[in-house]
Amino acid sequence: MLKWLEKNLPKIVLAPSVGLISWFVYGFILWTFYISFTNSKILPKYELWGVGQYVKLWGTRKWLIAVDNLLIFTVLFLVICIVIGVVLAIFLDQKIRAEGVLRTIYLYPMALSFIVTGTAWKWILNPTLGIEKLFVDMGFENFTFDWLVNREMAIYTIVIAGVWQSSGFVMALFLAGLRSIEDEIVKAAKIDGASLFTVYWKILIPMMRPVFFTSFVILVHISIKSYDLIVALTQGGPGISTTMPALFMTQTAFHKSQVGLSAASAMMMFMAVAAVIIPYLYSELRRENVS
Amino acid sequence: MSASTNIQYQKLEKRSRITNLLLRWFLYFVLALFAFYFIFPMYVMLVTSFKTMDEIRQGNLLTLPGQLNIESWAVAWGGRGYGAGDTYLRPYFWNSIKMVVPATFFSTFIGALTGYVLTKWRFKGDSWVFLFLLFGCFIPYQAILLPMARTLGVLGISNSILGLVFVHSIYGIPFTTLFFRNYYVSIPNELIKAARIDGAGFFKIFFKILIPISAPIIVVTVIWQFTQIWNDFLFGATFSFGKAAPIQVALNNMVLSSTSVKEYNVDMASAIIAGFPTLIVYVLAGKYFIRGLTSGAVKG
Repeated sequence: MLKWLEKNLPKIVLAPSVGLISWFVYGFILWTFYISFTNSKILPKYELWGVGQYVKLWGTRKWLIAVDNLLIFTVLFLVICIVIGVVLAIFLDQKIRAEGVLRTIYLYPMALSFIVTGTAWKWILNPTLGIEKLFVDMGFENFTFDWLVNREMAIYTIVIAGVWQSSGFVMALFLAGLRSIEDEIVKAAKIDGASLFTVYWKILIPMMRPVFFTSFVILVHISIKSYDLIVALTQGGPGISTTMPALFMTQTAFHKSQVGLSAASAMMMFMAVAAVIIPYLYSELRRENVS
Repeated sequence: MSASTNIQYQKLEKRSRITNLLLRWFLYFVLALFAFYFIFPMYVMLVTSFKTMDEIRQGNLLTLPGQLNIESWAVAWGGRGYGAGDTYLRPYFWNSIKMVVPATFFSTFIGALTGYVLTKWRFKGDSWVFLFLLFGCFIPYQAILLPMARTLGVLGISNSILGLVFVHSIYGIPFTTLFFRNYYVSIPNELIKAARIDGAGFFKIFFKILIPISAPIIVVTVIWQFTQIWNDFLFGATFSFGKAAPIQVALNNMVLSSTSVKEYNVDMASAIIAGFPTLIVYVLAGKYFIRGLTSGAVKG
């Protein structure tokens, strides 16, 4: 008995983690998956109801708006974060004085919660006292800035705050990537007559492919899960114009008590994340096996 | 690189000195512009928090307060002193502390043990177990919110700090495991083998050999977990309300509550208070913060 215990001790120690994750991650996802096929309202019901919730979901205007917003947000958030991140990383890589200080400044928003970020930007973008007043005081008397309360433009305020929070992080990833490349490669290319621009555009940036891939995955992941920032900045408003899937899910579950529908929306989110993450994990694993 | 190419390279460097100078000015200009963009919100928050409401209405985002008016800070932290409807951050700040300390401890400890087993007591299929755990880093939590809400109810710990400690400890395990596993992989197995020959057992090796050399990764993990849990809003808002809420939920409620006139100075002071602990950690241990961020940051 004691011998068996000793032999299997590592597995016994591992068991709680595996058990907890099996139950609370995989088991719970399966439960949500099952519930999405039932007609559950306030309380879960367990008799199957078919794909009715999914049909209903894709016929719900609010969900369609949420998906639309997610697409707009993801594309802009992704492109702007990566452009800013790459530019800052390349510029910081030029033996800049005070690099440490600048890096610290670019990255500190990552330490703040989305609620804090949202609160700050909500005030800055305030339609009367915020940015608008600043520009009016500077002499642009007819300057108006009402994106926060404008149905058409409110989604872009979320992009502004999101980019502010996350682009420094992309910078950190790329800077680490650039630093891992041998100086010799750059020097050799310069001797061959390549300009600094060519060195980056033709040699270094293509070498950063894995970093682009990682940034892509992380940013898409952040954007699919966007919840706090919207709650703090617009609460999905004005009206429902800035609803996103994560907000739709919690509102449907906890305010509208439509548990089945909300489970269906959660599963759609899960599938979207899985579509991005599984290829990523697969490629990471292969890279690890190769090296 | 040979000596001759090095000389060639130095010549090249000299020739383009003027272009370089112009380029550098441009470089610093762009970098400064972005520095402004990133600092601007923090500056606005700080100056707004020290203004009176009159100053806020008269001035603009950039104007400095006439004098340091700390009243809004006092209100944000301790309230106005009247009973009902007086929300302030102090109790919720302590709620968050009571949540973040045990949850960080449990998840870090479990992650260390798991990472230890997965690297130093390898068995057939252990990399699958790792992948199995790792997947937990990536799930959108919306997919587990409904069953978790019910489970906390069944366990009798819904709407309590204990419930949030429980939730954060569990969903932290994939991340902490990732950190420790990647760190322990690089520690030579000979160290463990030698200890085993000397008769050290499973736990003795862990506590006497691995833990003493784990300081860097413990710091990274603790900072990561602390930041994630402190900044969490989804779990806090879903599984707690009223007096049991963590600080991010309280901050959001304070800012959104539209009783009488909006007080932007109090809002900003509150936001800074809610962000203060993680900012301090970032400033004091930025190196470890970034290391965690770049090695395990797939959580949003």
